[in-house]
Amino acid sequence: MNNNNPVPADYDGKSIWKFLVSEFKPKGKFLTPFNVISIPIMILGVVLIIFRFWKGIGSITNLTQEIPWGLWIGFDVVTGVAFAGGAYVITFMVYILNMHKYHSIVRITVLNGFLAYVFYAGALLLDLGRPWHVINPVIGNSFGTSSVLFLVAWHFLLYMIAQLIEFSPVIAEWLGARRARKILSGMTVAAVIFGITLSTLHQSGLGALYLMAKDKIHPLWYSEFIPIMFFVSSIFAGLSMVIFEGSISHKVFFSQISEKNHKAQRGIIHGLAKICAGAMFAYFFLQMLVFIHGQRWELLNTGMGYWFLLEMLGFVMLPMMLFVYSYRRNNLLLIRVAAILTMLGVILNRLNVTVIGFRWDMAIRYVPSWMEVVVTLTVIFTEIWIFRWVINRMPVLRDAPSWTNDQQ
Amino acid sequence: MGINRRGFFKLLGVAGATLAIGNETNASPQGKSDVEFYGILYDASRCKGCRGCEYDCEEAHNLPEPLPSNKIAAIRKTNETCNTVVNTYNTTKGKVFVKRQCMHCNEPACVAACLTKAMHKTKMGPVTWDGNKCMGCRYCMVSCPWDMPKFEYHSANPKIQKCDMCFSRLKTGDSPACAFNCPNEALLYGKRRDLIKEAHRRIFEKPDLYFDHVYGEHEAGGTGWLYVSPVPFEQLGMNTSLQQSSYPALTKGFLYSVPSVFVLVPALLLGIQQATKKDSLNNDKEDE
Repeated sequence: MNNNNPVPADYDGKSIWKFLVSEFKPKGKFLTPFNVISIPIMILGVVLIIFRFWKGIGSITNLTQEIPWGLWIGFDVVTGVAFAGGAYVITFMVYILNMHKYHSIVRITVLNGFLAYVFYAGALLLDLGRPWHVINPVIGNSFGTSSVLFLVAWHFLLYMIAQLIEFSPVIAEWLGARRARKILSGMTVAAVIFGITLSTLHQSGLGALYLMAKDKIHPLWYSEFIPIMFFVSSIFAGLSMVIFEGSISHKVFFSQISEKNHKAQRGIIHGLAKICAGAMFAYFFLQMLVFIHGQRWELLNTGMGYWFLLEMLGFVMLPMMLFVYSYRRNNLLLIRVAAILTMLGVILNRLNVTVIGFRWDMAIRYVPSWMEVVVTLTVIFTEIWIFRWVINRMPVLRDAPSWTNDQQ
Repeated sequence: MGINRRGFFKLLGVAGATLAIGNETNASPQGKSDVEFYGILYDASRCKGCRGCEYDCEEAHNLPEPLPSNKIAAIRKTNETCNTVVNTYNTTKGKVFVKRQCMHCNEPACVAACLTKAMHKTKMGPVTWDGNKCMGCRYCMVSCPWDMPKFEYHSANPKIQKCDMCFSRLKTGDSPACAFNCPNEALLYGKRRDLIKEAHRRIFEKPDLYFDHVYGEHEAGGTGWLYVSPVPFEQLGMNTSLQQSSYPALTKGFLYSVPSVFVLVPALLLGIQQATKKDSLNNDKEDE
C-alpha cells in the first residue's frame, strides 16, 4: 500500500536525523493551483503581521474603541474553534461509546482539531496588544480566576496538550518508535476523557465571553443561554466540518486510503448526517424556546429580524431537513450540500454574535479591512500547508504500519 | 467488574487534577461589608462647563493638553489621549454640562473580565490598570457597559487608558485632581456612603432644581462616581437602560458550573466507556 514511504531503518541517532531531514523536504508537485493562490497571500500576510507588530494593531485593522474585537476574534478564534469541535465528538463516539465504525476517521479529525487550535488560538496572539504578557495567566503571578477568558485560555492550552497526546501514537508510528507508541497509546482514553470535558466547557465558554456585553449585542442573539447554544452548535459545526473535510481528503489524498476505508466512508458520512440532524433539531428547538420565552416577536419585523430569520430558517432549518432527507434517500451529494450550508450557518451565527450583532446600533459599523482578511487567510492557508505536510508523511489517512498490529 | 483498580486510579487522577483547576476559576468577591469605597459626586446643576477638570486631569496623568473650547465638538467621548471630557447638552432646562470618565463600579465588569488581574479594584475604590500584567486582549473593553477602557491602537507597546481617580494622589491623602481644583464645587470627593446621603439631601432640599434620581447609586450594581442633575439623565446622553445589578454576576452562573462539570463529566464518561467496552464482561458473547 504505502511502502514507497521512507521508514527509519534503525534507532541509532544518525539515521533518524537523516530520515527527519529527508522528511522536511517538500514532496509532490510544487505548482499546484492551491500553492499558486496561497503562497502570494501568505507572503503578503507575513508582511502585514510584521507591520502590525511594528506600528500597532490599529495600523492594519479597523477596530475602534467601541468595537475592540473584530474578525480575528469573531472568525479566527470563535468560529475556528467551533469547527474544531469535530475532534471531541468523534473521540467521544469512538473511545467512549466504542463505536468502531468511525475509527478510521479519528486520526484525521484529531489532527484537524489539533491544528485548528494551534493556529486559531495562535491567531489570538496577533490580536493581543501586549503578547509578551500572554504567559501571565499561566505562570500564576496573576491568576484572574473570575474571568471567563482565563478559563478559555487555560482550556485552549490544556486541550492542545490532550489532543497532542491523542495524536502522538501517529507521530511514534511515523518515527518507528515502538516503545513510545505503546506508552502513548495507553494514555489515549485518559486524554480523550479529559479533552471532552475541556471541550464542553470552552466551547460554551467562548459564548460565555459575551455574557457581560449584554447591552452591546442585538437582543435576538443575546440571551443567558449563549454558552449552551455555542456548545450544542459546536457538535454539528464540528461534524459538518468532518464531512466536508473528509470529502475533500478522499479526493486529494485518494492514493493513501485503503480500499476498506474508502468503502467505509459512505457509512460514516451517513451516520454523521444523522447525528447532525439530531443536534440541529435540538439547537433549533432551543433557539425557538429562547425566542418565544424572551417575547421577541416585535423584533422580527426589522432588518436584523429578517437577518435572524435567514440564519434560523435558511441555515439551520433547511440544512437540518436536507440532512434528514438525504439520509433517508441515501444521497451522498445532498449530505455534502447540507454540510456546507450548516457550516455557512455556523459562520453566520458566530459572526452575528461577535461582529454583526455587536454594536449593531452604532452609526459607524465595523467592517474588517482587507488587511485583516489577508491575515486571516494567511492563518488558514498555513494551517492547510501543515495539515498536508503531516498527512503526506504520517499514517493519518493510510493504515498504520504493520508492526503496530503486534501491539494491540 | 466495571471499574478495575487501574481504571479507578485513572478516574481519581483525572477528577483530582481537574478539581484543583476547576476550583480556582471559582473565585468569589471578598467580604464587601468591611470595605469603604471612596467616590466622587458630580452635580450637573453646579458645573459651569469651564473644562478646568480636563486640564487638571491631563496635568496629573501626563497626557496631551486638551484643545480649547472653540475647537471641540459639544459632545465628545474619552479616548486614549484623554481620560475625561465635559460635554454640553441642550436640555429642557437649557444648557447642561456633564463630565464623563470611568465610573469606578463597585463590582467592575472590566476587573471580572481581566484574566491577568491587570484591572484591579483597589480597596479605596478606584479601578486601576497595571501595565506589567496586561496582555492587551481588550476583553475589559468588550465587557465595560460604559466603554471606558481605551486602547492605544497605534502603538507597538499599547496601554489601556482610563480615569484612575488619581489613585497615586489618593494614596498620599490628596483628593483627585479634578475634584480638588473644581472652582464651582461641582465635584465632591468622599466616602461613597456619605456621597449618596449628600446626593439625596440635595435632591430633598431642592426638589425643583433636581431630577429625582442619583445616577450610579444602583446602575451596574453601584458606581464610585455618582451623578445628580437638573434633567432626566437620558437628556445628558447617559445610558439609563443599564441593568441595576452587577455585570460580573452575568457570568457567575457559568463559572460556578465549571467545578461540577469538571467532576461529573469525566466520571460519567469513564462510566460509559467501561460500560460499552466489549471485553469488560466475561459473558459478553452470551449476551449477544
